[in-house]
Formats: sequence, structure tokens, C-alpha cells
Amino acid sequence: MQFFGGSEISPSPPVPTATGNNAHMMYIFNRNGVCLLYREWNRPLHTLNPQQDHKLMFGLLFSLKSLTAKMDPTNAEKGNLGIPQLPGQGCSFHSFRTNTYKLSFMETPSGIKFILITNPRTGDLRETLKYIYNLYVEYVAKNALYTPGTLIKCELFNTALDQYVRSIA
Amino acid sequence: MPPAAPRSGEAIFASVERVNAELFTLTYGAIVRQLLTDLEEVDEVNKQLDQMGYNIGIRLIDEFLAKSNVSRCVDFKETAEMIAKVGFKMFLGVTASVMNWDADGTCCSILLEDNPLVDFVELPDTCQGLYYCNILSGVIRGALEMVAMKTEVTWIRDMLRGDDAYELQVKLLKQVPEEYPYKDDE
Repeated sequence: MQFFGGSEISPSPPVPTATGNNAHMMYIFNRNGVCLLYREWNRPLHTLNPQQDHKLMFGLLFSLKSLTAKMDPTNAEKGNLGIPQLPGQGCSFHSFRTNTYKLSFMETPSGIKFILITNPRTGDLRETLKYIYNLYVEYVAKNALYTPGTLIKCELFNTALDQYVRSIA
Repeated sequence: MPPAAPRSGEAIFASVERVNAELFTLTYGAIVRQLLTDLEEVDEVNKQLDQMGYNIGIRLIDEFLAKSNVSRCVDFKETAEMIAKVGFKMFLGVTASVMNWDADGTCCSILLEDNPLVDFVELPDTCQGLYYCNILSGVIRGALEMVAMKTEVTWIRDMLRGDDAYELQVKLLKQVPEEYPYKDDE
């Protein structure tokens, strides 16, 4: 995949093995709960208005992170439930699966959260999310016209993301 | 699949696209010259360089995290080592070292062996209070703020002012944990 700067993206993208759109939705949040991006490719059912939907998603992940850190059997030092944690601290959960979808999550130490919802048969998407983080760096963080902490309106990023997501198994 | 191991500064520096060093130095010099012409006051220029560095730092941190694949640092000592060994190497191609830790582990100095920003530079008498490389202190401050650390970064030694090395002091003021941003009644 050629980018404007021509620099190599690492990790290199997983080899495409399926055609068609396998992903349902994608959210990107920053550490203040602002939804930077919401992309929808295949979502038949809408239950909430967008604001409530974003808040619900963010709240869910915030609570899940706190809960998983608290329930960690290997970590000796545990905070109390509800106490705010430094981004990236504690054990990090990366996905949950139901009978109809799989939600994959990645949080960077800078507080950017990537959430990808796909069909339940999808494998481990951590490398995929890392690649999307690299796309974010190239097209959004390095974009002089983008103000950090606001909605992402970069067409190039959207196109690259759509193209890449189509290749996920 | 286990997560990939963090990459070393040299490996990343070799793989990213690089720009000509002289072009970089001369562009930075032109920026400082223009700021001096526009703002006239040396203190204003120092503040503006720091602010510019801050704006760079808040974006740079994502590139650093994405390319170097590091996970959260355990403590401030590790953070300082990361900045010196991986960060400076990756972005400027210079090796830096960390020293002079204080008793708490919250304050340290980063020593730059060479500094590509200051090649060919001499400060005239009219600009004696200028911290020519103040953009670097802003970059570190901005980047660390995005990973929940409020710091104060100052120049202790500056070769353009007659000292024998470039030394930055990074002091951790506090760590800001993540809080639930929405108020409950909304």
C-alpha cells in the first residue's frame, strides 16, 4: 500500500484472505471520551441516537477495563474498582465475542482507543488494530489541517481504512 | 498471536523516511530567525518555540508509540530511558543518555551528544537570553502530557551559551490518571 510519504508501515498488513465487507463498525475515541471517528459498513439495527451510542460504547469499555484489571488473578497490586487508572496500566482486555458479533479493542498509552466490530468468526485482530493505528498516525496525526481532539474528517484516512478493512478475514 | 516486541531506536531510524540533515537545520534556523524578527523579545521567542514544540509533541507521541511498539512504561525512569534511547534516536538520529537522577526518581537530565539543530549556529550578542533549541523542551513536554504525565522541561546546559554540552532537565510534576469524562446527569 503506497502512502504519501512512502514510509514503510509496520507491522505489515495481514494478507487478505476474504472478499467482501467483514467488518460492521469502527469507533475511535480519545482519552476524553470524544468520539473521533465512527465508521459503519454493515449495521442493520440502530437502537440509539449517535450521541448515546458513543457514550454507551465509551462507558462500556471504560468499565470493562476497570473490571478486568480488578479481577486479574496474577497482578498483586490492584486498585479499587472505580479508581481512575493511567491509560495503558493494568491488564488490558482485547476482545469479547457474542453469538452475533466480535468486538476487538486496542488502547494506546496515549489514550486513543480503537474499537472494531466484526462477525464472530474473525480471529485475533490485534495486529489489524495496530496497523490501523499506523494508518491513524500517517493520515491523521501528521495531518496539519487536523486539530487533535476533534472529529476526524480526513478523506484519505477514510478511504485507506475502508480499503484495509475490506481485506480483513 | 503474542504482541510484537518493542523495536530499537536504530531499527526504526533505519526504516523511516529521512530528510536531509542540512535542510532540517537550515529550516529550523530560518524559523527561529523569523520568530526573532516578528516577536523581537527573546523571552517571547522562547515561549513561542516551546508552544510550537508542545503542538508537535502531542502528535509525535502517537507516531512514537505506533512505530516503536512499546507498552506502558512502569515508572518515570523507564520513560526517561525510552525518550533518550528510542525517541531521540528515532526522530533526530542522535543518541542521548540519562543521568543525574534525584532521590525520588522524578527528576533527571538528558544529555545530548550532538544536536543537529545547532549545526552552523552562533548566537549574536543581541540574542543572549535565547534558548535556541527550546522546541525540543516543548516536544518532550507535549508528548509526555499525552501519556498522562505533567512535566517541566528546562535547559540546564546549552553549548550556544558557552557551556560544554546540551543538557535538558525533565522533572515529573504529577501523573494524571484517566477519569470518566461524562458527568452522571447527562
